Amino acid sequence: MSALASSSSDLQKARFEHALRLGDDALILAQRLGETCGHAPTLELDLSFANVGLDLLGQATLLLGVAGEIEGQGRDADALAYQRDVLAFRNCVLVEQPNGDFARLIARQFLFSSWQLALFQKMEALPDERLSAIAAKAVKEVTYHERLAASWMARLGDGTEESHKRLVDGLAWSFRFVEELFEVDATIAPLVAAGEAVDVSKLRPEWDARVAQVFAEAKVARPKPMRVVMHGRTGRHGEHLGHILSELQFLQRAYPGATW
Amino acid sequence: MTTPDFPLWEVFVRAKGGLSHRHVGSVHAADARMAIESARDVYTRRMEGVSLWVVPSTAIVASDPGESASLFGPAEDKVYRHPTFYVVPDNVKHI
Repeated sequence: MSALASSSSDLQKARFEHALRLGDDALILAQRLGETCGHAPTLELDLSFANVGLDLLGQATLLLGVAGEIEGQGRDADALAYQRDVLAFRNCVLVEQPNGDFARLIARQFLFSSWQLALFQKMEALPDERLSAIAAKAVKEVTYHERLAASWMARLGDGTEESHKRLVDGLAWSFRFVEELFEVDATIAPLVAAGEAVDVSKLRPEWDARVAQVFAEAKVARPKPMRVVMHGRTGRHGEHLGHILSELQFLQRAYPGATW
Repeated sequence: MTTPDFPLWEVFVRAKGGLSHRHVGSVHAADARMAIESARDVYTRRMEGVSLWVVPSTAIVASDPGESASLFGPAEDKVYRHPTFYVVPDNVKHI
C-alpha cells in the first residue's frame, strides 16, 4: 500500500517537473529574445525575434499554468514565473546563454527550435489533453521558428568569410549544451515509462539528420560534443540565469502583486 | 540597410480568400525567401492576411509624375464614364 502511494506521489512530482521543464525552456528563451528588441540588425529581424519571443512566452504561460494545476498548491503561471528563485528553475542551460552576436543567437535558436519541433510533434500524442493541445498549437509556431533559424544558418554559413566565422563560433558556444536536451534522468524516467512524457532520447536520430542537413547547407562542421558540469533540469544553472531573473522578476519583487 | 546586399522588396497582402493582394509596404531582404519571412513578421502579425506576394522594387515600373497631366487630366471632365446617369428600378437588388 505504502509503496503504491509513494510511487503515485513520485509520478505526480514527475508530472510537475515535466511541465516546469517545458515551460521554463520557453519562458527563459522568450526573455532572451525580448532582450534583442530594438537591438536586432534590421527592423525586419527586430520584429522577427520579438514575434518568436512572444510565441514562446505564450507557450510558457500555458505550460506553467498546467504545472501549477498539477502541483495543486495554488500557484499559477505568474507565480511560477515571478516567484521562484534560480535553483528552482528547470530550463535547459542552452536557452539561458547570452545572445552574443547575431550568429550565436541564430545558432542557439536553430539548435533549440529543431529540438522543440521534434518534441512537440511527439507530444501531440500524450494522454494529458492539456499538454497535447498546447503542443498541437505550438507546433505551427515552432515550425516557423525552426525554418527562420535554418534559413539564417545557411545565409550566414554560406555568406561571407566573416559571417561564416561568426556562425562557427556561435555553434561552438552553443553546441556544448545540447546533450541535456536528449537526456531522460531519474526524475522523468517513470513518466516516460508510463507513457506520459516523450522519450527525448529517441528524438536524437531525427534531430541529428536535420542538423546534418542544415549544417551541410550552411557549410559548417558539427562541433565535437563536450561535457559540461551545468545541468539546468536539476537546477544547476550557469551564472547567467540569475541575471535574467533579476530583470524578469524585478517588478513583482519590488511591487509584489502589482497588476496593470 | 540600403546596401546592395539588402535590396528593397514591395509587399502585397491578401486579406482573405477572394480579395486581391494589396500593397502594404516594403522590406529589405537579401533574397526572396528572406523577403517573405520578413514580410510575414512585419505585416501579418495581427492576422492581416492569408497570402503574401513580394516583388523586387526594381521590377516595378512607375508612371512619370511629369506626365500626370496628360495621363490623368483628360479623365477629369468625363464624369459620364461613371454609370450613374440612369435610375435603378426598385426591384433590382444587390447593385
